[in-house]
Amino acid sequence: MASTATTTTTKQYDEDLLIEEYGYDDHFHEHHHGDKYQSNFITTYIFSQDHKIIARQFLITGMIWAFIGGAMSLIFRLQLGFPEESLAWLKPILGKWITINDAGVGTLAPEFYYALVTMHGTIIVFFVLTAGLSGTFSNLLIPLQVGARDMASPFLNMLSYWFFFLAGIIMFYSLFLNTGPFSGGWTAYPPLSALPQASSGSGAGMTLWTLSLVFFVVSVLLGGINYITTVLNLRTKGMSMWRLPLTIWAFFVTAILGLLSFPVLVSGFLLLMLDRGLGTSFYLNEIFVGGQALDHVGGSPILYQHLFWFLGHPEVYIIILPAMGIVSEVLSVHARKPIFGYKAMVYSILAIAFLSFIVWAHHMFMSGVNPFISNFFVIFTLIIAVPSAVKVFNWIATLYGGNIRFNAASLFGIGFVSLFISGGLTGIFLGNSAIDIQLHDTYFVVAHFHIVMGVAAFFGMFAGIYHWYPKMFGRFMNDTLGKIHFWGTLVGAYAVFWPMHYLGMAGVPRRYYRFDNFDTFSHFADMNMFITVAAILTFALQVLFMVNFFYSIWYGRKMESKNPWGATTLEWTTPIHAGHGNWPGKIPAVQRWAYDYGKNGREFISQIEPLAEGEGDQGH
Amino acid sequence: MLANERQGRNKIHPQKFALWAACASIMMMFAAFTSAYIVRQAAGNWLEFRLPDIFFYNTATILLSSLALQGAYQAFKAGKAAWYKGLMVLTFFLGLAFVVLQYEGWQALTRIGVFLQTNPSGSFIYVISGVHAAHVLGGVGALVVAMMHAFLLPFKATPRRKLRFELVLTYWHFVGFLWLYLLGFFVLTGS
Ligand code: HEM
Ligand SMILES: [Cu+2]
Repeated sequence: MASTATTTTTKQYDEDLLIEEYGYDDHFHEHHHGDKYQSNFITTYIFSQDHKIIARQFLITGMIWAFIGGAMSLIFRLQLGFPEESLAWLKPILGKWITINDAGVGTLAPEFYYALVTMHGTIIVFFVLTAGLSGTFSNLLIPLQVGARDMASPFLNMLSYWFFFLAGIIMFYSLFLNTGPFSGGWTAYPPLSALPQASSGSGAGMTLWTLSLVFFVVSVLLGGINYITTVLNLRTKGMSMWRLPLTIWAFFVTAILGLLSFPVLVSGFLLLMLDRGLGTSFYLNEIFVGGQALDHVGGSPILYQHLFWFLGHPEVYIIILPAMGIVSEVLSVHARKPIFGYKAMVYSILAIAFLSFIVWAHHMFMSGVNPFISNFFVIFTLIIAVPSAVKVFNWIATLYGGNIRFNAASLFGIGFVSLFISGGLTGIFLGNSAIDIQLHDTYFVVAHFHIVMGVAAFFGMFAGIYHWYPKMFGRFMNDTLGKIHFWGTLVGAYAVFWPMHYLGMAGVPRRYYRFDNFDTFSHFADMNMFITVAAILTFALQVLFMVNFFYSIWYGRKMESKNPWGATTLEWTTPIHAGHGNWPGKIPAVQRWAYDYGKNGREFISQIEPLAEGEGDQGH
Repeated sequence: MLANERQGRNKIHPQKFALWAACASIMMMFAAFTSAYIVRQAAGNWLEFRLPDIFFYNTATILLSSLALQGAYQAFKAGKAAWYKGLMVLTFFLGLAFVVLQYEGWQALTRIGVFLQTNPSGSFIYVISGVHAAHVLGGVGALVVAMMHAFLLPFKATPRRKLRFELVLTYWHFVGFLWLYLLGFFVLTGS
């Protein structure tokens, strides 16, 4: 990938003039001498400061984690679906966590079951759907779509990836501890997380878990500061905020959410660490452990829940907003229609972001918070449904009457809308504190958040991958395999998570190791078996996706023109293999908003095309 | 408001903006600590004690250091090299003194029987002032770099150096302001 970024045109301008024309851009000095960072293999592909490379690093690391996290869920699903079946064949992978009795029947150690559930949640929520999703697409698209040569600070951007990598290494290492990884749930509530002696994973496993997440937060903050600064300061000439594609709005607001919520998690962790190591009593009190009261006096575990969910709820929107942005863009491009209600989309992103900070206690209705305070949180929680519904309406209206190209990207976009509706509706049930008395900590909650967040965000990510794959690798993924991937995953995901609503309504609690000893739940054995089989098949389809992904990097159909989808946005004006700096010459100036599809009798009009005489612009 | 942002050109330098964003993020960390403090205090079992005076005196140290650095900045812009260097060194020592005196404050706490583990009311003071001191030390590190610029490079007020100085200055004022907020918080919640 040659660096084509050297410009001669910029030489004529002095720095101030350039700032006048393009906004601040600290990189134009570098481009006089070519790119000083891309001198050899290591600086080009490993310690790269090019946002496009960093995006691919985030993506591929995220995919590896998705594979690990997904595979873990299959193991605990086997346990739930087939509690009687021997798991002896897993002994070579899981080692001492499988105990084999005299009859040769292997069972999964219960403490490792909990470790698997915990790691699955942590990995998917943070490493895959936060770093893998935001990290990939914010990096790839922000500079390309706002018209910048790179992020505001390419160096901090590189550090952001390497902190994520370090967090991953630590978490991965914790899987092999003799005492096992942390096993107290992805939310790490005390006392399980605060007492090293509470369970085998609460010792070294928990220490490494926290350390890993602190590095992860550093990564998110470095990335987020960069994304926000780039969007606000490095937009090209003519790119007003109202001309930004919705992807950028989504990434921008996501970064703000992260910047304001992740530090709170760090505070919560710090207090947790002090309780663990130095004998303070923020969360711990004089509970009895092994017949003896602890030395700690008067701490409150609820305090941790407040701090955790103050991050935790914004975090779920940190996951879903980028997916929403991607889906808005992909649906509009492939329906060949402007996005319906652009400004309403922006305002609803802002409204969701704001509300996401004042609903956290809906995770704590059953934790003994004051019921009067709960009412407040019920109301704000239900209000979130309003901007969410506005978005759903606008996506459907965008599709309505469109000349839709049904390819893998647009199908995953449409699938996202379906999943978001199904999962959002169950959120409204849970948001009522009275109904939550029955549903809290049951499989109903598991169904809710897997559909609305887990699967939906994956669909947004897939839509983005199929759509921007040519931009990332200069080739296309196989679309037939992509469609198989889509239909299989859509049916599979519903088959896995839909039945869980019934389990939950019947009161089946989440996070239990096995249910076959409870008479009340015995008639659900078949349903659990069905879910497990569906999960295995759905996972197999993701392997198909991975094969398609990696095969296409080298053998996929080559991209022949710069703008294969006929899209209006700036990223498709760069060369097929753009070097560091993105545009070989001057950065193009923007003349119109991002959604001129089917206007003036033309299929699409690029953002860099000047307005015709007397033509109005939607973005101003 | 957003619509008025014609042309997408913003006059604040990206690095300054990034620093402001980072300060907002740090602020959230302390907002979390202080909210946790309020919630925990409301739950009872809360030891009341008087905050040692040294924490109050020490506030003067950090405020003076902010003034000194502001003076150094004015001198830098006015081309008064000696003042610029001298006030910067003064800031550095005041910054270090602040951290040392905070440590004395913790010692004073132990003398009235408030140790880290004694009661959350005391634990919070240690944690909050400790994390704040860590941020001050970060600022002292930045000052060291700024002093190296001041003493090793020939004196010249280039835009690049002015920007760097402004970054340090902003952060330094920020940690000072943060301490004022924290102290005010401790006083108002009356431990
Ligand atoms: C209409 C909007 C939504 C409402 C009213 C809503 C409401 C709720 C409520 C009340 C709970 C707590 C249930 C309990 O533990 O008893 C919950 C759990 C959860 N929700 Fe939502 N939700 C909505 C949308 C979303 C979205 C968009 C996401 C993610 C993208 C999401 C992710 C989650 C997660 C991850 C949990 C469970 C966390 C855990 O306990 O492990 N929700 N939701
Ligand atoms: Cu929530």
